[in-house]
Amino acid sequence: MAVMTYLEAIRETLRQELRRDDRIIVYGEDVGVRGGVFRVTEGLQAEFGEQRVIDSPLAEAAIIGTAIGAAVNGLRPVPEIQFSDFIFPAINQIVQEAARIRYRSNGTFGVPMVIRAPFGGGVHGALYHSQSVEAFFAHVPGLKVVIPSTPYDAKGLLAAAIQDEDPVLYFEHKAAYRSLKGDVPDERYLIPIGKADLKRPGKHVSIITYGLMVSYALKAAETLDKEGISVEILDLRSIRPLDVEAILDTAKKTGKVLMVHEDNLTGGIGGEVSALIAEHALFYLDAPIVRLAGPDVPAMPYSPPLEHAFMVTPEKITEAARKLAKF
Amino acid sequence: MAQTVLMPQLGESVTEGTIGQWLKKVGDAVDKYESLLEVLTDKVNAEVPAPVAGTIAKILVENGQTVPIGTPICEIEVQGGQTETAPVADAEPVQADEPQSQPSKSPTVAAETDDGQRGRYSPAVRRLAHERGIDPALLTGTGAGGRVTRDDVLSASDAHEKPTATVAAPTPKPAAHESTAVAAMVPGAPAVIDEEDTLQPLNNVRKVIAERMVRSKQTVPHAWLMVEVDVTGLVALRTKLKEEFKAREGVSLTFMPFMIRAVVSALRTVPSMNAQWNGDSIVMKKRINVGMAAATDRGLIVPVIKDADQKNIVGLAKASQDLVKRARNGRLTMDDLSGGTFTVDNTGAVGTVLTYPVINAPEVGIVTMESIVKRPVVVGDMIAIRSMVNVCLSFDHRVVDGAEAGQFVTTIKTELEAITQETSIY
Repeated sequence: MAVMTYLEAIRETLRQELRRDDRIIVYGEDVGVRGGVFRVTEGLQAEFGEQRVIDSPLAEAAIIGTAIGAAVNGLRPVPEIQFSDFIFPAINQIVQEAARIRYRSNGTFGVPMVIRAPFGGGVHGALYHSQSVEAFFAHVPGLKVVIPSTPYDAKGLLAAAIQDEDPVLYFEHKAAYRSLKGDVPDERYLIPIGKADLKRPGKHVSIITYGLMVSYALKAAETLDKEGISVEILDLRSIRPLDVEAILDTAKKTGKVLMVHEDNLTGGIGGEVSALIAEHALFYLDAPIVRLAGPDVPAMPYSPPLEHAFMVTPEKITEAARKLAKF
Repeated sequence: MAQTVLMPQLGESVTEGTIGQWLKKVGDAVDKYESLLEVLTDKVNAEVPAPVAGTIAKILVENGQTVPIGTPICEIEVQGGQTETAPVADAEPVQADEPQSQPSKSPTVAAETDDGQRGRYSPAVRRLAHERGIDPALLTGTGAGGRVTRDDVLSASDAHEKPTATVAAPTPKPAAHESTAVAAMVPGAPAVIDEEDTLQPLNNVRKVIAERMVRSKQTVPHAWLMVEVDVTGLVALRTKLKEEFKAREGVSLTFMPFMIRAVVSALRTVPSMNAQWNGDSIVMKKRINVGMAAATDRGLIVPVIKDADQKNIVGLAKASQDLVKRARNGRLTMDDLSGGTFTVDNTGAVGTVLTYPVINAPEVGIVTMESIVKRPVVVGDMIAIRSMVNVCLSFDHRVVDGAEAGQFVTTIKTELEAITQETSIY
């Protein structure tokens, strides 16, 4: 057991997995010699060589397209998209091919591929380095989408994603890389995909969220606890598939749900979670479901005040949860 | 120096009062105990006397405004005194305002507070209220805008489930249960308002009557029956005695005291009619306190003759006429309106021969005395002209069945028919 940052947990998991199974390959832009722009893959090429930790051309469609081919042919590729903002050139490969090969081949072929991609804003990344893209992929049957919120989950979810026989998108929040630290066991362990994690039990308001927002929600809960408002926090961990049972459990328990994500409001995961609750737990609701999310503007602004205005912060979560508790 | 007058508490469950009318204006001199204003609550109307002599300096709450108990309502400038805030002397309740005595559990919200969410219930509140037999309208909402929250229903339900836990040891008092019969309230049909129509706002009496009637009709399974009573003897007795009675006792001799005495006798014979429904039990009332429905120009009220079983005809005549007179003058006290265990309605005064009265819940029954009319009836094998009256009974079928109800009205019939010109009224 060691205390690691979120980033170190991902790196050490990749190292452990690369050692465990030589079918696993890591590749992407600058992941080799440079060790990745965030240094996630630092040292891996030195240990595993250019055949397994590969610097790729600056061409996302090619990265994913070749990863699909490698996966279908027996490797277990873990390609990296340098910033999730740049995943869109590869969307045709991901949605049309990777997601469908198992279905299209009547189960004969699968794509055991994990696409890692840093995402999220609040790091002065401006328009092309700040986006949250999870909702695009959560819409697609055949894909799995996981977003860890702690170093511990980062390890367990990455190992489970690599173990999975089908394509998994693994999104890492850039602001979480070095700000989140926590205990990470040395041995390999898996966190089942599709299982949410009850971070904190409470009785007045449920906050359902994922990724970096989990730590923000926990801060908000601390503040509200002093005011006598007891907040329950559910970390979805997987946004596809969703842990419907856990979502309904917490909604039924408190009757008041605040859905939080940094991704844009419209069409975000919050809408799907809200619909599930409305469909299956209506008669437990004591208040309208509230969504706190990034605003529906085209992109994260560069101007620091505007970027701050865009971001969901612990203060905004506190305020929204307080208002809901008092409803 | 000015003394502040506060909104007085006019009944234990009353939390606010409405200024009915200021009887004094700024600059008027008042004597101590002189009436300052009339206050309306959903229980009583009362004139509030001045706590000190002085001059009205300020009126802080205008006619028609509703404020919580303890709110300053005016200031009286006192010669040479000190500024202080004093509760007013005991207010003399002057006008009874409600048809029955059951304390209102409806939370009252001050006019100034935001009560925009009252009456709007979330799905969780509706479901829990239904499951646990709680009427959310009766709860005090702690949510935004006075909204009744899920937790309000849960805590009300918890309190409801273990009420005996807090009862003091020596003589555990039976716990009063809210009736669990009410479940879903169906909204009423909306009124159609045409251009030439006018809207008359509800006064407090009307509101209380409306609420009580709806609650009674929605929660109490009313059953109804009627008997015909031959009161030829009673009519003859009254005709014989009324002049002398008026001269000697100072009040008129009406048929009501005879009716009440017959009802008391029937209540003794069928004690389950002198009872109250209590959810999972029936409260058998020890005292026999008979409420008399009385029409006033402000609406229906039901003053109560306490211990009616301990009064003879003269006592009942005096008590009932005192209550009716004070009701019409608006001089009833809270005590006059509380503690009823059964209700008698002299509907004959309105000229009807058959009515279907609404039970004054949680009482079990209400009986009417209709108009006494001369009718040809068969007596033996002959047709005779007799003074006949119909006695109608509505009863709570959860508590009594037709057999007891029948026995009850038959007892009234027997008692009334037994009266002859020679019957003593003492």
